[in-house]
Amino acid sequence: MPNAVEPPVASPSSLQDAYALLAKGGYRPIAGGTDLMVQLTGEIGEPPERVLDISRLDRLRGIERNAGWLVIGALTTYTELRRSPLIAELLPALAEAAATIGAAQIQQRGTLGGNIANASPAGDTLPILLATDARIVVGSGRQERTIPATEFWIGYRTTARADDELVLRVEVPLVSDRRVRFRKIGTRRAQAISKVVMALSWSADGRAGAWRNVRLALGSVAERPIRAWETEAILEGARPDEETAERAVAALAAEIHPIDDVRSTAEYRRAVATRVLHRLIREEGSR
Amino acid sequence: MKRASTRIAPPSRPAERVAPAAPALAARTAFPLRREGPAKLTGEARYADDLVFAGAWYGATIRSDDPHATLIAIDRDPDFDWSRVLIVTADEIPGENVVSLISDDQPVLVPVGGEIRHHAEPVALLAAADRSTLHAAKRRIQLRTERLPAVFDPLASTQQIAHFAIRRGDAEKGLADAELIVEGEYRVGHQEQLYIENQAMIALPRDDGGITVHGSLQCPYYIHKAMKRALNLTDAQAVVIQSETGGGFGGKEEYPSMIALHAALLARKLGKPVRMIYDRHEDISATTKRHPAIVRHRTGVTRDGELVAQEIEVVMDGGAYATLTPVVLSRGTIHAGGPYRCENVTITGRAMATNTPPNGAFRGFGAPQTEFAAEMQVNRIAEALDVSPLELRRRWAYREGDVTPTGQVLRESVAALEVLEAAAETAGFSRKRTDRRRASTSGGTRASGIGLALAWHGAGFTGAGETHLASVASIELTDVGAIRVLTASTEMGQGTKTIFPQLVAAELGIGIDEVEMAPQDTSLVPDSGPTVASRTAMVVGRILIGAARKLRARVEESSGQPFPRSYRDFAKRNGGIRIDERFEPYPGITFDEERYVGDAYPCYGWAAAVAEVEVDLDTGEVAVESVVSADDVGRVIHPVLAEGQVEGGTLQAVGYATMEEIKLADGRYLNDRLATYLIPTALDAPRITSILVEKPFSGSPHGAKGVGELPMDVAAPAVVAAIHDAVGVWIHELPATPERILAALSGASAPDTPGSEPGTRSGARANRAAPARGVDPRPEAPSDPLPLRAPQDKGGDWERDR
Amino acid sequence: MSYRLQVNGEPVEVDAPGMRRLLDVLREELGLTGTKEGCGEGECGACSVLLDGAVVDACLVPICQVDGRAVTTVEGLAREGVLNALQAAFLETGGAQCGICTPGMLMAGEAFIASGAAPEEDAIREAIAGNLCRCTGYTKIIDAIALAAERRRVPG
Ligand SMILES: Cc1cc2nc3c(=O)[nH]c(=O)nc-3n(C[C@H](O)[C@H](O)[C@H](O)COP(=O)(O)OP(=O)(O)OC[C@H]3O[C@@H](n4cnc5c(N)ncnc54)[C@H](O)[C@@H]3O)c2cc1C
Ligand code: FES
Ligand code: FES
Repeated sequence: MPNAVEPPVASPSSLQDAYALLAKGGYRPIAGGTDLMVQLTGEIGEPPERVLDISRLDRLRGIERNAGWLVIGALTTYTELRRSPLIAELLPALAEAAATIGAAQIQQRGTLGGNIANASPAGDTLPILLATDARIVVGSGRQERTIPATEFWIGYRTTARADDELVLRVEVPLVSDRRVRFRKIGTRRAQAISKVVMALSWSADGRAGAWRNVRLALGSVAERPIRAWETEAILEGARPDEETAERAVAALAAEIHPIDDVRSTAEYRRAVATRVLHRLIREEGSR
Repeated sequence: MKRASTRIAPPSRPAERVAPAAPALAARTAFPLRREGPAKLTGEARYADDLVFAGAWYGATIRSDDPHATLIAIDRDPDFDWSRVLIVTADEIPGENVVSLISDDQPVLVPVGGEIRHHAEPVALLAAADRSTLHAAKRRIQLRTERLPAVFDPLASTQQIAHFAIRRGDAEKGLADAELIVEGEYRVGHQEQLYIENQAMIALPRDDGGITVHGSLQCPYYIHKAMKRALNLTDAQAVVIQSETGGGFGGKEEYPSMIALHAALLARKLGKPVRMIYDRHEDISATTKRHPAIVRHRTGVTRDGELVAQEIEVVMDGGAYATLTPVVLSRGTIHAGGPYRCENVTITGRAMATNTPPNGAFRGFGAPQTEFAAEMQVNRIAEALDVSPLELRRRWAYREGDVTPTGQVLRESVAALEVLEAAAETAGFSRKRTDRRRASTSGGTRASGIGLALAWHGAGFTGAGETHLASVASIELTDVGAIRVLTASTEMGQGTKTIFPQLVAAELGIGIDEVEMAPQDTSLVPDSGPTVASRTAMVVGRILIGAARKLRARVEESSGQPFPRSYRDFAKRNGGIRIDERFEPYPGITFDEERYVGDAYPCYGWAAAVAEVEVDLDTGEVAVESVVSADDVGRVIHPVLAEGQVEGGTLQAVGYATMEEIKLADGRYLNDRLATYLIPTALDAPRITSILVEKPFSGSPHGAKGVGELPMDVAAPAVVAAIHDAVGVWIHELPATPERILAALSGASAPDTPGSEPGTRSGARANRAAPARGVDPRPEAPSDPLPLRAPQDKGGDWERDR
Repeated sequence: MSYRLQVNGEPVEVDAPGMRRLLDVLREELGLTGTKEGCGEGECGACSVLLDGAVVDACLVPICQVDGRAVTTVEGLAREGVLNALQAAFLETGGAQCGICTPGMLMAGEAFIASGAAPEEDAIREAIAGNLCRCTGYTKIIDAIALAAERRRVPG
C-alpha cells in the first residue's frame, strides 16, 4: 500500500546546499532510507514534514586510514563495510556486525551514518563504536564538531546531534594489538533486530595475559546503547579466567536495565547478556 | 552444490517412494511443469492488487479499538470535508448483517448500539478516489464506545462455542488399572498464516444490480453465499472471481467473505469499483489465526509399555466469533489421541469464546495443536519407561484392523509404521540418538539433539461433511473440440491447475496440454467445494476422474473409436457436451454426527518426522539443522508438487515450534507487523528431506489422499523432542523460544518458584523432575491410583477452571 | 518532480513526488506489477529489484534516489518470451508455488549469480535471507538458484 504521506524532498549535491536547507528547519535527512522509509508508513510515529536526500553528498562516502585513525564516511553501506579490505584489516568486528544486519537488501542500502543517527537502542554497530572509543563527526553551516561515541547517544532515540547537523563520518582510533569481539542475539538468523548485542574490546598485556583498556558496550539492554563501566572496571587489569568471568557477569547483571517488549523479556536479556559475556571471557582465556 | 547439480536431467529427482508407482500413472517419466509457472516467473500473473479497473476508488475499514464494548456512535469530525468520502455503516446493509458461515454470529459491520466483541472489529467503511483523502478521512472518525468487561483467557470464559466428546472403552477404569500414569499439560499459541500476498478484494457493480468481486481467496462459493445473504442478491447477481492467489494456508478460507462484503457494500453505494487491499498491519491485526489450545493428557500404561488408557481434554480459544471453530475443534478432538491403538479413550474438546479476533482455519485445522500434545506425551512416556521413542511408537502405532476412538475400523491404507520406519531410517534416528547420549557428557557450549514424531491426518472433510457438500465438478468437451475442466477449486500454489489437467488427461488418454482449466469464476464453474482440508486432489480429483470416464464412454460409444482419436470429430458432429459429476459418498463409510461415532474420515494420511537441532546452551537459541519428513499421501500424482507441499508445511511447523508467536495486550495483537511477527528465513530453515510414501486409498480411483496438511502435524513435536534430547528439558508450550528454553534450563538446575519464570506459565512448565533415565518408575503398590506422576505438571490455570 | 531512469534497459521519465516509493512508480506509474508488495517495510523482499545491479527493496527506495540509475525488474528477465536461465530453473525444480515471492526471489537469485560466488547452499541461503517465502520451505528455490548458477559456470 503506497504511503499515504509523501513529504517534499530536496536532493542537494553539495554539503553547503545541504547545510543551507537544514538551517531552514523541518528537514529530516534520508541516507539509505531503511529506517526513514519505514517511518513514512506512519506505523511507528509521525512521519517527517520534509526530507533531505543526502545520498548525493559524496564527501560523506569512503573508508580510509588517516594517520592513527580509521575514518568511515556516514554514507558507507553495510555491503561496503563487508567488502572493504581496510575494515577487514583494521576493524573486522565491524564487518562482522554489518553481516548480521537485515539481509542483502538492507545491507545494500543501510548506512553506518543512518544507524548512528537513528539511535535505536538496538542499533547493531553502535556497541562497536562505543567499545572502540570512536568519535562521531557532525557538521552544520555553523561548524564541524567531534563527539565521542560515549557522549553521542544521550537518551531514548536522542543524540547529541542538533537538528541542523549531519553525521559526516566516524573516526576510530587505531590501537595496536586491540582485540574486538562482537556478538548479536536475535530471534532469527537474518532480518532480526537484536535482543542483545555486545561488543568487547581490550588490549592483551603480553606476558601477564591481563587485559588492558577494556571496553564493554551493549545494545538492547537499556534505553540507549551503553558502555558497561562497572564491568569494565572489573575486567581492567584482570586475566580472562573463570573467576574474572564470574565477577564480571555479576557486575553486568547489576548495571544493565533491560525491559520486556514484543521481542523478548528483561530476564532473558539479562541472562543472555551475562552468559554471552561469560563465554567470551572463557573463550579468550582458553586461547 | 551437489544436490542440485545432480538434478539437471531429469529436472527433478523423483521422490523416493516406498510403495510401487500406481499402474495408471506408472508410465510417466517426466512430470508436467507447473501450469501457471511461466506467468508467475515473468511477472505476468495478475494478483488482486495487480488488477486495474478504471475509476476505481480505494476502500478502508474503520475498526474498533476496544476488545469488548457497546458502540455508542460513529463520530465524524465536522471540520473535515466529507463530500469527497463515501461512508457505509451497518444500517445500509441490504440483507442480513451476517458473514454467513457456520453460525450467524459475526456481523459484517457492528451497528450503532451493537456489541463490539474484539479489537480490530469492522465498524464502518470508507472509500475515496485517492489514498491521501482516504487516509486523512480515516483519522477524522472517532468511535464512541462504552467498555464492557473483556475475557481473554479461554479457561476463564463461560461462553462455549462448541463441544465434543469421544468415548471408547472405559478410560477411568483403564487409568485405575494402569501401572503408570503420565500426566501433562501442553499449550500452543496463535499462529498467523502469513501468506506473503495480503488479503485483497475488488468489487465491481454489475449492470444487473449485482456485484462482481475479484480477489485473493480459497473458497469462491463461501463468498458467493455470503454475498447473496448480506447483499440480498440472486445466484446470478453475485459473481466471485479468483485472481492469482499468493498463498492461503487456511487464512483465505473465511475472512475473504468479510472483505468481499465490505468492498461490495462500498461499490454498490458508489456505483464504481472499489479496491479493498489490506496492508500487512491490517492483515495481521484483523484476520484469523490458528487457534491457541490447552491440551491436558492423562495416560495409563503398563510397566512393560502397553497403552491402556488415554484421558484427554482439549480447550481451544475460538476468539470472538464462531467462524470455523466448531470444525477446527472437531478435527482437533478426533486427532487428539495421536495415531495409537488404545482400548480406553475419553477425549473431550471445547472451544471457548474470548474477546480476541476470531481464530480460524490454518493448515492442519486443529490437528497440529492436539497432535503436538499427543506426541509430547508419547515422548515423555518413552522417557518415563526408558524405552526408545521409536520403539514405543512401533508398538503403539495403528495397523490395519485397529479401531480409532470414534470406533472406526481402519480397514485399509494405514501407513503409520511405513512412514515411521522411513523417516527414522533415512535420518539415522537410532544411531544418532545413541551417539549423542555418549557425546552429551562432554562439556561445551552447544548441544545437539534428535527428535521424532508421528501423526495421522483424516483426509477430506470430517464425517458426513463431503456428503453434505455434494460437490460438483465438470468436464466440458467444447464444440470446437477443446477439453475444459470446470471447478471452483482454487490454485494457491499447491498445484491444482497442474494436477487436474494431469488426472483428466491420463483418464482420457490425451496430452496434458490439451486440457484447459476454466477460471475460478462462480458464473462459469460449479461448486466443487472449498479448497481446504487437503481435499482437492483426493475428493475433487476423484469427481473429475468420474466425469472424465463418463465423457470418454459417451464419446467412445458414439464414435466406436478410442477417445483420443475421436473426440474432436465428435464435437464437430454433435456439438459440445458437458459432464457435471456430483460427489458420490464413499461406500461403507458412515458417521454418526450426534454421538461422534463411526468413520470420522474415509481414510487417513500418515506422517513421521525426525528433526535434528543444535541448541546454544548460553542463549537457548535453537538451530533446526534438518528435518526428514515421511508422508503417506496415498498416491503421488506429481512428486515435485507433493514434495513442495511437504517442504513448505514442514517449515511452517518449524516456525510454529521455534519462533512464531502472537503476543497480546488487552486483546490486541502486539506483534502485528512483519518486523515483529517473525517467520523463518532461508537461513533459519532446516535442510528438509521429504520421503513420499504411497499407501493408496481404494475409495479414490487414483488412490490419492491429500498431502497439504500432513507435514504441519509432525515437525513441531519432533523439534521439541530434539530440543529435549539436546538439553534435557521438555518445553510444554509452543513456540519453544530461547526465552522458554533458558527458563526451563535454569528451572532444571535450580528449582524455581512457581510462576516466577518469564515465558512459562505454571502448569505448562517444562519440568526436569521427570524420572531420570534408568530410574525405575515402578510403583510401590498397585493400590495407589497415581503411582507415579511423571513428569509432574502444576495445575495452575487449569485448576482454576474446574 | 521529473526523474529519468532506466527500467529493464529502456529509458523512462517519471513525474512523481520525490519520496514516492520506487515500488509505486513501477507498479502504478509504469504498470510493471510483477514487483510485489508484502509488507512495505523491508521485511519480506517481495518488492526486490536490482538497482544498478544490486538487490534492494523497492518499498524502501524513494524515486528521488533512482534518478539517473538503472532498475531491473522481473519483467526484464525473459527475452522475447523465453525464460532466462534462472526462471527456467525455477520452473524445473518447482521453486515457485503461489508465486508471490517469486519475482523478488528471482532478483535476489540474479544478484547472487552475478556476484560469481560459488553456488554453495549456505551462500545461497544468505543471499535470499531477505526474501520470505511461506510456501516452499526454500528447498526448491535454493535448488533452482544453484542449478542456474551451475549452468552459468559450466555453459551448455
Ligand atoms: C528489514 C530491516 C532490517 C533491519 N535490520 C537491522 C539490524 O539487523 N540491525 C540494525 O542495527 N538495524 C537494522 N535495521 C535498521 C536500519 O537498516 C539501520 O539502522 C541503517 O543503518 C539505517 O541506515 P539508513 O542509511 O538506511 O538510514 P535512513 O533510513 O536513511 O536514516 C535513518 C535515520 O537517520 C537519519 N540520518 C541518516 N543519515 C544521517 C546523517 N548522515 N546525518 C544525520 N542524520 C542522518 C535520518 O534522518 C533518519 O532519521 C533494519 C531495517 C530494516 C528495514
Ligand atoms: S514489500 Fe518491500 S520488503 Fe516487503
Ligand atoms: S511461493 Fe508462495 S511465498 Fe514463495
